[in-house]
Amino acid sequence: MSSRELILGRVRRALADVPPDDTPYEDAAPRGYLREHGARGAEETVALLAEHLADYRAIVHRCGESELPSLLARLLAEREAATVLVPTGLDETWLAESDVTRVADRAESDAHELDAVDSVVTACAVAVAETGTIVLDAGPDQGRRRITLVPDHHICVVRAPDQVVSSVPLALERLDPGRPLTWISGPSATSDIELDRVEGVHGPRTLEVILVG
Amino acid sequence: MSGTFVGMPAFPEAAREAVADPTLRGNLRHATHTIRAKRAAAVAEMSDWVELREAGRRIKDHTLRRLDRYLVQLEEAVTAAGGTVHWAADADEANRIVTRLVKETGESEVVKVKSMATQEIGLNEALEAEGIRAYETDLAELIVQLGRDRPSHILVPAIHRNRGEIRDIFRAEMGEWGRPAPEGLTDTPAELAEAARLHLREKFLRAKVGISGANFMVAETGTLVVVESEGNGRMCLTLPETLISVVGIEKIVPTWRDLEVFLQTLPRSSTAERMNPYTSTWTGTRDGDAGEGDGPRTFHLVLLDNGRTDTLADEVGRQALRCIRCSACLNVCPVYERAGGHAYGSVYPGPIGAILSPQLRGTGSEIDASLPYASSLCGACYEVCPVAIDIPEVLVHLRERVVEGGLVTREGNKVVLKPARGHAAERAAMRAARWAFSRPGALRAGQRLASRTRALHPRTLPGPGRAWSAARDLPAVPAEPFRDWWQRTNGGTTEEGTAK
Ligand code: SF4
Repeated sequence: MSSRELILGRVRRALADVPPDDTPYEDAAPRGYLREHGARGAEETVALLAEHLADYRAIVHRCGESELPSLLARLLAEREAATVLVPTGLDETWLAESDVTRVADRAESDAHELDAVDSVVTACAVAVAETGTIVLDAGPDQGRRRITLVPDHHICVVRAPDQVVSSVPLALERLDPGRPLTWISGPSATSDIELDRVEGVHGPRTLEVILVG
Repeated sequence: MSGTFVGMPAFPEAAREAVADPTLRGNLRHATHTIRAKRAAAVAEMSDWVELREAGRRIKDHTLRRLDRYLVQLEEAVTAAGGTVHWAADADEANRIVTRLVKETGESEVVKVKSMATQEIGLNEALEAEGIRAYETDLAELIVQLGRDRPSHILVPAIHRNRGEIRDIFRAEMGEWGRPAPEGLTDTPAELAEAARLHLREKFLRAKVGISGANFMVAETGTLVVVESEGNGRMCLTLPETLISVVGIEKIVPTWRDLEVFLQTLPRSSTAERMNPYTSTWTGTRDGDAGEGDGPRTFHLVLLDNGRTDTLADEVGRQALRCIRCSACLNVCPVYERAGGHAYGSVYPGPIGAILSPQLRGTGSEIDASLPYASSLCGACYEVCPVAIDIPEVLVHLRERVVEGGLVTREGNKVVLKPARGHAAERAAMRAARWAFSRPGALRAGQRLASRTRALHPRTLPGPGRAWSAARDLPAVPAEPFRDWWQRTNGGTTEEGTAK
């Protein structure tokens, strides 16, 4: 007997005391919890996102659509970045005012090459105000998962208020489970040494989020 | 289960050692109290916590009751998304499968992200015996591995080490494993974290094989979820060409939507954060829009039984399989705070360990027979548990089992356990009970906690527990034990259970 059959057989015998039951899944668990916590307008939701991002030490900026290129140019210059990773589908106008050398997101580039790049600029799929989270779904303007992982500086552009939702349940509704997702809440951190929160173990140690619009 | 630490003394002896160690006690006290207060604040932000907890409990119970169907559905979904599913009945089989898969890649080293399942089966040791080096990449696991030590907390495995000790371990050991610690390394947490970043980055960048566990597996989509803080999980899940995930069969949830419950309750219960820094989800080997090169080309899922189906066969004890490993129960436990994680002799310490290890492994050994007594039954663990596992109820049930024997399932077969009377196991159990009950501090702290949150009902313990409980007010297991509720509601299907 294969281990598959063995384990499934054990499961069935273990459940012998459970009466047969055809309750549809939808009725199996009560969903009395809230879809979101508190009633907020769009602008308040964006403000809450900014507050919660900052709580976990992301650096938050806000700007209008037309100011985005100059803001990105300034942030990269302040960082003294020589190179910036660019997802293939990133809006070309965003980096129009920056003279930092662009590095394309390519399948061939290995991890060592990515490690030599200073910064990465991406869009996002959705942002969650209650938890201060940005979610990337590897869309064309976000690129492969590893480009937002290896460089030490990540700038993420969130379109507000369109891409901002209140809560985790509302975010999951918008996301496609078939895509690889990365949920980011503040820069990488650890509390493993005497429970002091220290930023930056492996992911980018500086996370900047621009709320545009 | 091969997870018993070799030569592990029974709980009371191990606990006595821990209580005598001032560094360990100080660290544990600081740590558990810090997390405890932060968790309470994070939970208080959620006005619907009770409903989320109830939904989590019910989703897990529903899943466990149909575990065979959901396992098959998961297998189909993972396979359809390009992954390969393997089934492992016990630790040895899981280790053999993983070792073979690594060897097939031709590699002799792997990077690992913290996984309780792989610790439970002793994977690192099994790989090492076959000439494969497994690098732990969580900061705490790195500290534990470099210090040739054992983890003592689910979430903060190096909680028993202070910063000075960590610096000394890094200085002495990093060079042996790869990039040495920087010259003049001090003991500030930031510098220690930087040393770990440099040491591990070298390994991530060249790694061809990653090994992980998973917090959740979604049956309908075949999606796996890893919840973490440091980013080492992302490294292990995205950079290697081959990813092998070893996951207990109880980690399934039916649908994508179910994550909305657990992604709210897990971070707040474990690290007391609104959300942990990183959560990764992946479905087989599917890419994003950038196409090829986004994550591993090969994905293997090893589904692990190793005592879980035996646990499922126990009508009272099966609720332990709802556990989402948040560690909230450790942080509120007065016995854990004094005894430390090592005393539990298993990768699962604290209250959850006291009910899970004896079920996964049986109560044949001294340590496992003594674990159900490593508690004052104060009920604080139940109170904080985000999936409402009634740990005191299971403890009492397992005590009965040790003392009176009875029918249990071992490796899928029903066997009659002899009463432990007069055996080494019973003596160990007695000593553990005496240990917990002779510490008025431990008991009082626990009762204070519990009385704020939960009504206390005096109850007499079965068997030899009666003598002690007669003299003390013990918090009762709830008015309606899981067993009764299960029967009354046809396994939870005929009416909504009331949250206790
Ligand atoms: S038993 Fe409950 S509180 Fe303890 S680790 Fe598991 S889920 Fe968390």
